[in-house]
Amino acid sequence: MANYYQPEIETASREEILAIQNEKIVKQVKHVYENVKYYRDLMDAKGLKPEDIKGVDDIKKLPFLSKADLREAYPYGLLGTDIKNCVRIQSTSGTTGKRVVAFYTQHDIDLWEECCARAIVAAGGTNEDVCQVCYGYGLFTGGPGLNGGSHKVGCLTLPMSSGNTDRQIQFMMDLGATILCCTPSYAAYISETLAEKGYKPEDNKLKAGIFGAEPWTEEMRRSIEKGLGIKAYDIYGLTETSGPGVAFECEAQTGMHINEDHFYAEIIDPDTGEVLPEGSKGELVFTSLDKEAFPLLRYRTRDICVLTREQCPCGRTHVKMSKPMGRSDDMMIIRGVNVFPSQIETVLLNEGYTPNYQIIVDRVNNSDTLDIMVELLPDQFSDIVAENQKKERALEIAMRTMLGIGPKVHLVPPHSITRSEGKAVRVIDKRKLHD
Amino acid sequence: MAIQQISVFLENKEGRLAETVKKISAAGVNIRALCVADTRDFGILRLITTDNDKVKEALSDSGAVIPTDVIAAKMDDTAGALSGILQILAQAKINIEYLYAFAGAASFGAYVVLRVDNTPAAEAILQAAGIATLTNDDVKSM
Repeated sequence: MANYYQPEIETASREEILAIQNEKIVKQVKHVYENVKYYRDLMDAKGLKPEDIKGVDDIKKLPFLSKADLREAYPYGLLGTDIKNCVRIQSTSGTTGKRVVAFYTQHDIDLWEECCARAIVAAGGTNEDVCQVCYGYGLFTGGPGLNGGSHKVGCLTLPMSSGNTDRQIQFMMDLGATILCCTPSYAAYISETLAEKGYKPEDNKLKAGIFGAEPWTEEMRRSIEKGLGIKAYDIYGLTETSGPGVAFECEAQTGMHINEDHFYAEIIDPDTGEVLPEGSKGELVFTSLDKEAFPLLRYRTRDICVLTREQCPCGRTHVKMSKPMGRSDDMMIIRGVNVFPSQIETVLLNEGYTPNYQIIVDRVNNSDTLDIMVELLPDQFSDIVAENQKKERALEIAMRTMLGIGPKVHLVPPHSITRSEGKAVRVIDKRKLHD
Repeated sequence: MAIQQISVFLENKEGRLAETVKKISAAGVNIRALCVADTRDFGILRLITTDNDKVKEALSDSGAVIPTDVIAAKMDDTAGALSGILQILAQAKINIEYLYAFAGAASFGAYVVLRVDNTPAAEAILQAAGIATLTNDDVKSM
């Protein structure tokens, strides 16, 4: 039977959840209006006063926030309380030049860690588990979030941080880790490395993995589950809302329950901003209902997904979000065709390759080029040139069928694609350099 | 007899070959013969060495290293020696994937290394034709 960290809230009736949300949003809008000048100006520009928001049904009246607003207001412009009340910041990697700094009071940290604890318990975690956290620690939210959640559950926590795979494996085997928390690409890498060292899936004590912070496909889930002999759970979050744990998967593995007592979710049409009915595919927007220090209202995540309130066999009543089908800023337009990295990953896994790839988009003579570098496993390599070229051609045909445009596929040796061991660099778009 | 060759899949980048050969030399292994195939995307280094196990170990963290079976057939020091070997294989409908040649001291002679689509059949045919081939032990003591 299902386990819950906070059963009373995780299985509350829809009416109870709605009552909690209605009460919190009224307070939260007032808090933001009084303390965040940046957002007050946006509300004033629409002629909105806090009194106009009487419940979650009125959230649609509020102005949106986007990454551009966060950059504009950097660093303190969206801070919702005095610095003396804040205890920590976290920050995004800033690899795309969009660094976000988020602030936390102790209350904010506690609610975030509770969300992560719910995720760990949903994955079968108890105080008897040994939880290995190899998300990066530091500014990145992955390590601190799962670390805090693991403490709350009472797991023996291994605060490994990312990288140093040999040490990860040594601790995993010596201490008998039962739960692994990291990015899915790092989980795949650990799984490959274990196999290379001669370990079989049954040699480790792992039972579950909580993997997030980057997009991954069902095929990748199956490959990790098989390689490590575990059940793999998705977890979702973003620094802007707190970090991982905003939503998490239960044993049904059919979407992630959003912690609705803290985060109100909407799906909007990314072009018009109009709120779409349940079941529609669109951009996910979050309103933080009770965070104090960084209380973002109607933050546009850029993630494209679907929400459903269908009854879940796990007994949780919180709305479920599908795995993001792509980010509006992940989507590449190549020769006029929309291409998502997840499509390329699906082809690779279907064709028996590793999900270790890199996409290079460029423009030559005013025409877009798409090159996909694919890592071979040692046993897939032939020392006969023609055999490897045959593999490249076959992959090119499979990619063309999936994408609608023909890429050039390049097979490369194992481990030759740079891995940050945090988030994999999947796409290099050289066209942007010409702007 | 077939001998074991080590094939290494190399990234097509400056320094990769130098790095790989350096690791082999650091392991104290002598390279007896080699051949590099280069393509648009990668290089394939094929090696006959005095100690394949040491090479595999030395290169364990540098990508794909696989052992492959090849035939090293002796060529007489006369015009037409290679042609004769190729004729024998062609008549037996054995397809050659690639070949390269190397020579030792005069007493050792010259050899052609062959990767074929049917190694046991090629060995039998060369043996029947009286053409000497190297064994793994021969290579170790080269």
